[in-house]
Parts: sequence; C-alpha cells; structure tokens
Amino acid sequence: MQIIQPHYHAIARTAQDYERMAMSGVVAVCEPAFWAGFDRDYPETFIDYFRQIGEFEPTRAAEYGIRHFFWVAVNPKEAENPELSREVLKKFPDFFKMPNCLGVGETGLHKSTANEAMIFEEQVSLAIEHDQLILIHTPHLEDKTHGTRRILEILEGLPVDRSRVWIDHAEEHTIRPILDAGYWSGFTLYPITKCSPKRAVDMLEMYGRERILVNSSADWGPSDPFTLQECVCEYRRRGNSLQDAMEIFYNNPVRFLGQNPKFDLPMLKVEEMREEAEEPVEQPAEEPADRT
Amino acid sequence: MLTPSKVLDLYFLEARCMLIEVAATLDRFDRAVDSDSNGDDGDNRIEKLYESLQVLSSKSETPDRSEQLLKLFSGPA
Repeated sequence: MQIIQPHYHAIARTAQDYERMAMSGVVAVCEPAFWAGFDRDYPETFIDYFRQIGEFEPTRAAEYGIRHFFWVAVNPKEAENPELSREVLKKFPDFFKMPNCLGVGETGLHKSTANEAMIFEEQVSLAIEHDQLILIHTPHLEDKTHGTRRILEILEGLPVDRSRVWIDHAEEHTIRPILDAGYWSGFTLYPITKCSPKRAVDMLEMYGRERILVNSSADWGPSDPFTLQECVCEYRRRGNSLQDAMEIFYNNPVRFLGQNPKFDLPMLKVEEMREEAEEPVEQPAEEPADRT
Repeated sequence: MLTPSKVLDLYFLEARCMLIEVAATLDRFDRAVDSDSNGDDGDNRIEKLYESLQVLSSKSETPDRSEQLLKLFSGPA
C-alpha cells in the first residue's frame, strides 16, 4: 500500500528511517519547520535550517525514491521573541517560490502567550497574502485544550479559507471543534505524549475520514515514524478495506496538500493499481544466439 | 530508590498514556456493544477490567496493586 507521511521531521532522523519508510510504502514526506530543542538566536540560523529542509533533505529522500516537501515557519516556542520572528518572516516569500515549499507550518501556539498569539496571527496573515497552505501546531498535554480554543478564536478573526488550514495534533477532546469549524484536523501518533494508533482509528470510526490527516511526526524526541504503519495495520485489522485505508493514508494527504499545485502526486484507486499490475510486462527481445 | 517526585518525573506521562489507552478501550467496547444486537454477550472480562479499576482508584496501605491485579486476572490456584 502507498502511504504519504504528511508531517515528518526528517532532519532529526536517520537515512535508515527513509529506507524503512520506502520499504513499507511511503512515497512522500512533508517536513514542517519546528523547534530544534533550543531557542535559536539569529534569523540566519532559521534561514539555513529552511535551506536544509528545503534543499538538502529532498536529496536524502530521493535516495530512497521518496518525494520530499517542506514548510516554513517560526515555531510557537521561538515566536516568544517577536523581533527575531519578524526578521525570519521577511524571508518566507523567498522560500514560497521554491518548487517543493507547501506553505506556512508549523505555526501555532505553545503556552498561548500574547507574543505567541501575535506572531501566529502574523504568520497566518502572511500565508493568506501569498496564497499558501497553513499547518498549525496545537499545544502539548495540559496546554492543548486552552491552546486549541485560542487558535480557533484567532483564526475566526482572520480571512482564512478553512479548507486550506490543517490544525494538527488533535485528540479526542479537541477534534470536534476543529472539524465543526470546517478545518482539516490531524492526528499525530506518538508513543506516549500524543495520540496512539489505536485511538486514532477509534476517532476515524467516530468522526469518519473526511478532512482527517494521520501522521507520526517523528522528531528528535521519543517518537517513531512507523506508528503510521502501525495505524494502517490497526485500521485494516478492524475490517476496513484497502481502498478505505488508502483514502485516509494516501488520498487525504493528496486532497489537502494538492491544493498547492506543487504537491502533484495523483489520487490512487486500488482497482486502477490492480489493472496496472496485471498488464503484461514487455519482455526484452531475445538475444541472438552466439555464433562463435 | 527514587524519590516520590522523581517517580512522577519519570513515569507520570507513561501512566497517563496507559490510562488513556484503557479509557479508549472501554469506550471502544461500549461503542461495539451499542452497534451489536447481541450486546456484550455476557462476557465477564469487561467486569474484570472494571474490578481492576476499583483496585487502582483507591489509595493502598501497602504498594501491592500489581499483585492484586494479577490475582484478579488469574485462574484458581
């Protein structure tokens, strides 16, 4: 089965992960900009980071036949420094021109401070101005309920096309308001701190698959890119068809990300893939017998 | 031995995660019962789970909850 990993921090992972992802059906990964584990001091550090995920990571992914796309953003933690953030934001349009840049993400909130909210709003406005997709990080653990509500309040005041906004890291207590408001919602599968594969499938059973993206994020902390494949297995184990699985784990990412024409992967139907697989492979012409 | 606060530092999130998984399992069971004409079919394993939660929900004089749960889930000796 072909899978798209719509949220993946390749910069923090090994080539072996790319190799294993390729072997398990991943055909494309999308890498949002995120926190490096420490607060950066210089705008130039962000710019070089964007170059690394925009220029270098695609070459690593290509070694394994995986397409690589990226997003630019100042993450919510570092948005606490507005001066630095604004210097970085000035450079976003340069990256929007790159052939594999999908938009602004992951922006959002962490502790929902005034500075975070201000820079979040500025990043969303910049994305709107440049007709970019938007990927939003919702806070961790005890901050998630309040942070998600604040994000929805801030977005309410902005002229966003909700079908072009993906609000990520949703769980059982935050998914409903996101979907009800018309946004895309993401489940991030983590071993401990976010959603589990089984709970993700529960939510798919409860809410259906429309406007849902499933990812395993995977970064420098305790995380595992293969929780996504675990989720596919869990979904299939509950009796769902291969086509239904493909709608969630491949076609839904195409539906959302394909709103940016740079993301040009086609939608897939199992039947069409079967027909293609059954077509006879043209054999090479028989070599002439050795006459010597 | 760890200090009480270090135990929580190391294991709070893991315990939180496991409890949410248990909650999700019970919700999954309830939804399945609602959609199945046979209901819970008298399967007493679900009662065992609820009994185990009672053990977990009370403060204990002795730290032997794991042992109590294992006995609860054991067959006769």
